[in-house]
Amino acid sequence: MSEFLQLVFSGLTVGAIYALIALGFTLIYNASDVINFAQGDFVMIGGMATVFLMSAGLALPLAALIAVVAAVAVGLLLHRLAIEPARGASPVTLIMITIGASIFIKGMAQIVFDKQFHSLPAFSGDAPIPVGGATLLPQSLWVLGTTLGLVVALYLFLEHTLSGKALLATAANRLAARLVGINVTLILAMAFGLSAAIGALAGVVATPITLTRYDIGTLFALKGFAAAMLGGMGNPVGAVVGGLLIGLLETFGAGYVSSTYKDAVAFLMILFVLFFLPRGLFGGRSVERV
Amino acid sequence: MGAKATLARVLRARFTPLIVLAALMVLVPMLAPSSFHLRVAALVWIFALAALGLTVLMGYAGQVSLGHAGFVGIGAYAVAIGPARLGLDPLLCLLLGAVLAGVIAYGVGRPILKLKGYYLAIATLGFGVIVALVLHSEAEITGGPDGMAVSRLSLFGWRVSGALNWYWVTSGALLIGALLALNIAASPTGRALRALHDSEVAAAGTGIDVGAKKLAAFVAAAVYGAVAGGLLAAMNGLITPEAASFSHSIELVAMVIIGGLGSVFGTVVGAAFLVVLPQMLTALQEYEQAVLGLLIMVFMIFLPQGIVPSIRAYILERLP
Repeated sequence: MSEFLQLVFSGLTVGAIYALIALGFTLIYNASDVINFAQGDFVMIGGMATVFLMSAGLALPLAALIAVVAAVAVGLLLHRLAIEPARGASPVTLIMITIGASIFIKGMAQIVFDKQFHSLPAFSGDAPIPVGGATLLPQSLWVLGTTLGLVVALYLFLEHTLSGKALLATAANRLAARLVGINVTLILAMAFGLSAAIGALAGVVATPITLTRYDIGTLFALKGFAAAMLGGMGNPVGAVVGGLLIGLLETFGAGYVSSTYKDAVAFLMILFVLFFLPRGLFGGRSVERV
Repeated sequence: MGAKATLARVLRARFTPLIVLAALMVLVPMLAPSSFHLRVAALVWIFALAALGLTVLMGYAGQVSLGHAGFVGIGAYAVAIGPARLGLDPLLCLLLGAVLAGVIAYGVGRPILKLKGYYLAIATLGFGVIVALVLHSEAEITGGPDGMAVSRLSLFGWRVSGALNWYWVTSGALLIGALLALNIAASPTGRALRALHDSEVAAAGTGIDVGAKKLAAFVAAAVYGAVAGGLLAAMNGLITPEAASFSHSIELVAMVIIGGLGSVFGTVVGAAFLVVLPQMLTALQEYEQAVLGLLIMVFMIFLPQGIVPSIRAYILERLP
């Protein structure tokens, strides 16, 4: 039983990180139909920039803040310099641009930072908290708390502010949104900025657990994309549930099946779900438009 | 009948890409005879052959695959494992690898090709990840992360070795692959694939068996990937699970999109872009990856249709 609980704790922690990345995918996908393969690199920027700013003597909160701002700047530049000039191109072309951007960001990170693995000290110490026979690391609480906070903040933003509603309107129908006077370009830029911020924050809280390196983004993008698809592309609730599920599947796969094949377990389950729900868990049963 | 009409006819003629490609293949050893250049060129032909599978699947049929490298890995390890562990002939293993990839594609494709768009992308991605994991973990058979050595390929008693010989073998393989891809495009199956690319419902309405045609494209793509993988393993004499990795799948997709989705000659150009460019950029040392990413972005922003179709449209437009 305690082993089961232990796996639940670590599964939820990893899953929360995937959920945040999947949320970033969802935001940009909804606003633009683009799968942003540079999403994982925002996570890397958040972690790496915090590590380097802290080693330069800054306190954690300040370092984290600057790292998030830096990631947002990268996100906005990505939109302004690479996505916006290609407006009207097909989704495959736009996705290719984000893949190029991801390679570019990794390349720059090698130069600006370095090629080593880095970690951060846990925010509130390493003393495990005993819970029902299992133990919970304080950093896991940081990850879970940050995820919860961001999900609530994002929900409030989308449902209760004019900008948030404009983003939802753009996601629902871009042309109709433009007709009622929403600046769709601005909304798209906002989606990139927000996704970058969420990704970078995930990177800051995850780094004490997962470590970070210039190329860690690929793995995170892969898992976040899988989470978004499992939940149902474009659905924020689906993204969070999908992320948590993949985290749990992975850790349970590692704990009960085989640690080498934990990713295989996760992907087999995704294939199994898609077999019965071809549009993901929350993707709706909408009829295809002809 | 002006120059424009003639050129337009040449540009649209079915076998023009094949003739240009054959001419290029003859020219390369004359212009760049060093074994290093020939090796890079042979790599271009091999990757182009693998990417041609995606041209059929993504370009013609409009079905995304993010796990194509999985089939490359299956073909490569068939050529590596067969001779080393079972004592089979390498050439036979190349063919067996292609058959195996085709059979696996048939089994995997039946359930997952019902998925559409990005859902298909994640399912194929999952397939690729699983193949890479198996190659990585079953060290007793595959040699694990370090990979394994591959014995020499012999074609009917002739042991293929040396850069120039490999250059001609891979050239021949790519020419056959390109010829087949061009023929598929012009065949009833090719027309059916393009029809279901535009609208599956409309295609089904005209009597096309959408599921069967998609499956055929998926199996064909797998066979292309496996043959290319087998050649890659045999030429390098060494294979690692990297061949089946997610980044390699992305690289293959990048080749078809950068060159021009659906264009056979574009696929070769895209493969050349992503194989030759990193070789040239090694001079930039630590800036290599950044410049590569930047160039991909710049090309996609300014030539969104891909290099070959964009240039062709430009020429056709500007002619007097």
